[in-house]
Amino acid sequence: MTCKHLIAAPILGLALAGLAQGAGADTLRLLTWGGYAPDNVVEMFEKETGHTVEVTKSNNEEMIAKLRATGGGGFDLAQPSQDRIAGPQAEFGIYKPINLAMIDEAQFIPSMLAATIANTTVDGAAYGVPHIWGTSGLVLDTSKAGMVKDYTDLCDDAVAGKVSYRLKRPTLIGFAFAMGMDPFAAYGDEAAYKGIMEKVEAKLVECKPNVKTYWSGGDELMNLLRSGEVVAAMAWDTGGWKLNADNPNITFVAPTSGALGWIDTFALPAKGQADEAAYAWINFVMRPEVAAMITEAAGNFTASKGADQFASDALKAQFTASFPPEAVDNIKWYPPVPAGLEAIEGGVLDRVKAAN
Amino acid sequence: MQGGTRLGFVLLLTPLLLWLGLLIVIPHIDMFLVSIKERVGVGEYDTSLANYGTFFAETLYLWTFLRTAVMSILATAITLLIAFPVSYYIAKIAKGRLQSALFLLCLVPFWVSELVRTFGWMILLRETGVFSSLLQWAGLADQPVEMLYNDAAIMVGLVYTSMLFMVVPLVTTLESLDNAVIEAGYDLGGNGFSVLREIVIPHAMPGIVSGCIVVFMLSLGNYLTPTMLGGKDSLWFTELIYAQFIVRFNWELGAAFGFMLLILSSVIVWATLRLTGQTLRDTLG
Repeated sequence: MTCKHLIAAPILGLALAGLAQGAGADTLRLLTWGGYAPDNVVEMFEKETGHTVEVTKSNNEEMIAKLRATGGGGFDLAQPSQDRIAGPQAEFGIYKPINLAMIDEAQFIPSMLAATIANTTVDGAAYGVPHIWGTSGLVLDTSKAGMVKDYTDLCDDAVAGKVSYRLKRPTLIGFAFAMGMDPFAAYGDEAAYKGIMEKVEAKLVECKPNVKTYWSGGDELMNLLRSGEVVAAMAWDTGGWKLNADNPNITFVAPTSGALGWIDTFALPAKGQADEAAYAWINFVMRPEVAAMITEAAGNFTASKGADQFASDALKAQFTASFPPEAVDNIKWYPPVPAGLEAIEGGVLDRVKAAN
Repeated sequence: MQGGTRLGFVLLLTPLLLWLGLLIVIPHIDMFLVSIKERVGVGEYDTSLANYGTFFAETLYLWTFLRTAVMSILATAITLLIAFPVSYYIAKIAKGRLQSALFLLCLVPFWVSELVRTFGWMILLRETGVFSSLLQWAGLADQPVEMLYNDAAIMVGLVYTSMLFMVVPLVTTLESLDNAVIEAGYDLGGNGFSVLREIVIPHAMPGIVSGCIVVFMLSLGNYLTPTMLGGKDSLWFTELIYAQFIVRFNWELGAAFGFMLLILSSVIVWATLRLTGQTLRDTLG
């Protein structure tokens, strides 16, 4: 008898403690990018709200694939790019609308909030609010590849065998712009888009001997550039700035045809179970001082109003060096990708990969 | 008593049936159903064989599959050539503690994950890597040599990752070969080659076949090694499947590719068994 009690008591205690925790605090399962939820921010949030945060690092394609596999379950908050929400939402219905009343709109840069909401609206409901923005362009070792000014210069003989880029859609878009075409204007017209992609395909096949390897992960590219095996690459601005800190010759350069601008958002997966915690997280990380901590970790600026005052001077200096005012105006922001375009791009990428 | 053994039989069989049913049969049925859907509009799908049509119509996909299959067969052959002498030495020539030590040495690399082992090869082979630096230091090369990102690098990686799966079955079958039989072969006037051909290889055949099947299937289904070591020209069939599922959101085509991989690899294994006059029953028995 006593023996049974001895066992039962702690179990009962544990169960009660579990119940008590379940009432006020949730577990927020966050599907995000590396650096977007640094440990110190997560710790502050957990201390302040009592919620716990489980971070899963991913990328755009994987996020959509994961949510599609579960019909929008398994996570409570996701961070896809703003152009990749409307299409998958129309096709797979993996998100639920954002209740803007739950969000402290005053913390956002108004123009960026309005643009993101407009781009992520499906059937009259908004599905995303902005979080972090940045660009992709060229990362160059200026001492060896100073002549590279635009994406198409990557095919120049001067950098033969020392070039790397991703075999993904930003490369197709970037090359199309550098070749004087406007793929974004052709988004709505499948035939015109196919025509543009065919020209890009021919260019990429012709350019292939110049490429050392197609990189697929950020760390892989960092290694290639740091070791000097690659001197010119297509990559994100933060990658260039990070390398710039170690080697002043390497930096991010906005190509003459314009850097490609992306905004990563907050979106609620359709079967998320901790909306309250999700909204609390959004409002928490958009506070200027918290947003500045994330900028420090991720290297990119946020859509939080006033956060740039807290950003480090080194990062600001790198930003202004890479982006003179006219380059900022020339940033090409991704419009929402219509459902189905990925199939055209997929065929092009497969054929480029297979070409000799 | 009769009822007791029956119950025991059912209980023992249940995990196997659950394993087969839940993890293999049901997912494959589901994948087949996905593969016969064709996207006709936003969120609208028709039932058709269009995805299989794409596989055969776009020569690139068939070509990639053939390339993957040929490379895998080659990798299997090389693995067998290297693993056979190694296994023979471990099973027949080495004795006692040396035998266990050698066998353990074959196992050791598999204690670290495949990813780490592949990274190891990248460190060795890359332009600023160990081999390249050694060659320059020795004066055999006057500039950095790139040994990564080509078919030879893929082959090295594949053979290395699948070595163990050839050595283990070979050692097991060779150990069961009675030394007296080999001696009898020599006593009857055989030389090293004829003993190997007439006695050792026929005895080891089940081990060779099962090792080859495992290595071939592992190479064909390998994703990591070809992608990391092959670089821009890797072109491996599993990579195409991954791209369809994850990058292009085209699960329908990806599922069709997955099915083609299953069917074609089964055909290749079956055909090889027929050609070499082996049956699956001998191999497993």
